[in-house]
Amino acid sequence: MILQMKNIRLKREKNRILNGVSLDVPEGCFFVLMGPTGCGKTTLLRLAGLLDRPDSGKILFKGTSLPRKGKNLLQTRRRIATMFQSPVMFRGTVSSNIAWGLKIRGIPKTEIIRRVEQILGFVGLDGFAGRYASTLSGGEKRRAALARALVLEPELLILDEPTTSLDPAFKRDLLGRMKEIHARTGTTFLMATHDFTDALAVGTVGAVMRDGLIEQSGSMDDILFKPDNHFMASFTGVRNIFPAEFQGFKARIRELSIAHAEDRHGHGFLAIPPEVIVLSLSPKITSERNRFTGVVKSIERNGTNWDIVVEVAGVSLIVAITTGALNELFITPGSTIHLSFKASAVHLF
Amino acid sequence: MTHLFEAFNIALRMIVTGDSVVFSIALRTLLIASTSTLAATLLFVPLGCMVHFSTFRGKRLAVGFIQTMYSVPTVFVGMLVFLMVSRSGPIGGMGLLFSPWAIILGEIVLIAPIITGLTISALQSTGKCLEDTATALGAGRGIMILKVLTEAKYTMLTSVLMGFGRAVSEVGVAIMVGGNISGYTRTLTTAIALGVGKGETASSIALGLILLFLAMMVSIVVNLLQHGHGGEK
Repeated sequence: MILQMKNIRLKREKNRILNGVSLDVPEGCFFVLMGPTGCGKTTLLRLAGLLDRPDSGKILFKGTSLPRKGKNLLQTRRRIATMFQSPVMFRGTVSSNIAWGLKIRGIPKTEIIRRVEQILGFVGLDGFAGRYASTLSGGEKRRAALARALVLEPELLILDEPTTSLDPAFKRDLLGRMKEIHARTGTTFLMATHDFTDALAVGTVGAVMRDGLIEQSGSMDDILFKPDNHFMASFTGVRNIFPAEFQGFKARIRELSIAHAEDRHGHGFLAIPPEVIVLSLSPKITSERNRFTGVVKSIERNGTNWDIVVEVAGVSLIVAITTGALNELFITPGSTIHLSFKASAVHLF
Repeated sequence: MTHLFEAFNIALRMIVTGDSVVFSIALRTLLIASTSTLAATLLFVPLGCMVHFSTFRGKRLAVGFIQTMYSVPTVFVGMLVFLMVSRSGPIGGMGLLFSPWAIILGEIVLIAPIITGLTISALQSTGKCLEDTATALGAGRGIMILKVLTEAKYTMLTSVLMGFGRAVSEVGVAIMVGGNISGYTRTLTTAIALGVGKGETASSIALGLILLFLAMMVSIVVNLLQHGHGGEK
């Protein structure tokens, strides 16, 4: 692990910001810290970047516990670089901004020039060296800030909401570059975002925060497909979440009985991802254990696909289908339709 | 009205021909204001920096007090300095009363809150983000402070110029502790006050124009700093 945070607690003016957070960031990964606005991501990143100190808890960098202050702290901080949500550029040119961190480390001038030139190409800012930093657009400023952090060749690069308020094209471009740079340099990236789509685009491992605590951590696949609880399911955009009563391999949602693959009893939640439900005009002969007949309530566009809301025994299920599938089905609100999905596709929590 | 135009004409002639009395008063005013500004800068810019970069109980209250003192009446400062430098005052033995040094002392007291407060504001205007950025890029506390000072230098210079503007145009302190002695402690403002009282309209207008010119120069330089270098972030 490059960074380990153990039972971190922090209060600010009587408000508890972090309530015992523990986080392990594996070396070389692209770690994404997710969570809604105000959940404590930025505070946690500031602690990870050694810019603030926790009230209690332990921070270990490459297995070594960090001193509270002194030269050793500065030495360790210099192995980490942080890019803030709204990067501040210093007065002067883009190259002077990028060179500053190297200059204070006493790197020889010729080496600085070489590294600045190289990094500008890396982030797609060739020809920007002599430009005043104040004349850069929002997207260019983020790239310059990324270059300013990357040129230091940190072992851990911390990025706080780097794509916030960027237009979609710049956002895609920046995320793409970050992913490419991560692959090329092998630097450990720790990025905070409230946008789950951004997290999926770049992350390999991640954690989701809520109210100063980690809700779930693990691989991005686990976070996306195996949410631990209702909050996680909602945060990751899982739809069709219902409170249910479990009886072995069956779950009851009001009058609807759903087959699932886990032996469970009592109350809880289940989720049926809209993408796993198959629609057909006639009853399908299939091995899928969940087969129902329902009535189409509404048809709404969702990006390039369509969301069909079908009512089955008083329960509204959302079904996601492509435009091609919709054209083949010839359905309108009020049409009777058949649904089927596998028991293994139903997720319980 | 004709009298006013005539006086204005004479005033312009005095300026163009370099009237020795007018220019000696202007030069003295500049010397006194510059000395007091320089001394206040050396003393209170560092104080402003110390207040900004340190954390202590009641900091917000202290900054609020300093800002309230921006508009302290000059006659009040004049009275305080008078009490200090008069024969029975704590530094009465130095014989400063009715000397240019007494005016300089008074102006230092007058502009101290302006220079301290505006220095704090200048440093605050760079934002916590700048300090964090420098620290996150590997700066220790010393280098971080140096970077913030470099970034805020033009705004800080503005605070010094504002102090100079206040010093050059004040009248209360100069009259009360300077005594308006001809050829010794007479400044532009005290000379104008006396000239108007005595009916010397032409010389008063000439002195007034020079004072206005100085005030305008300060304002222009402040503007240039704020929108020239200040704009390049």
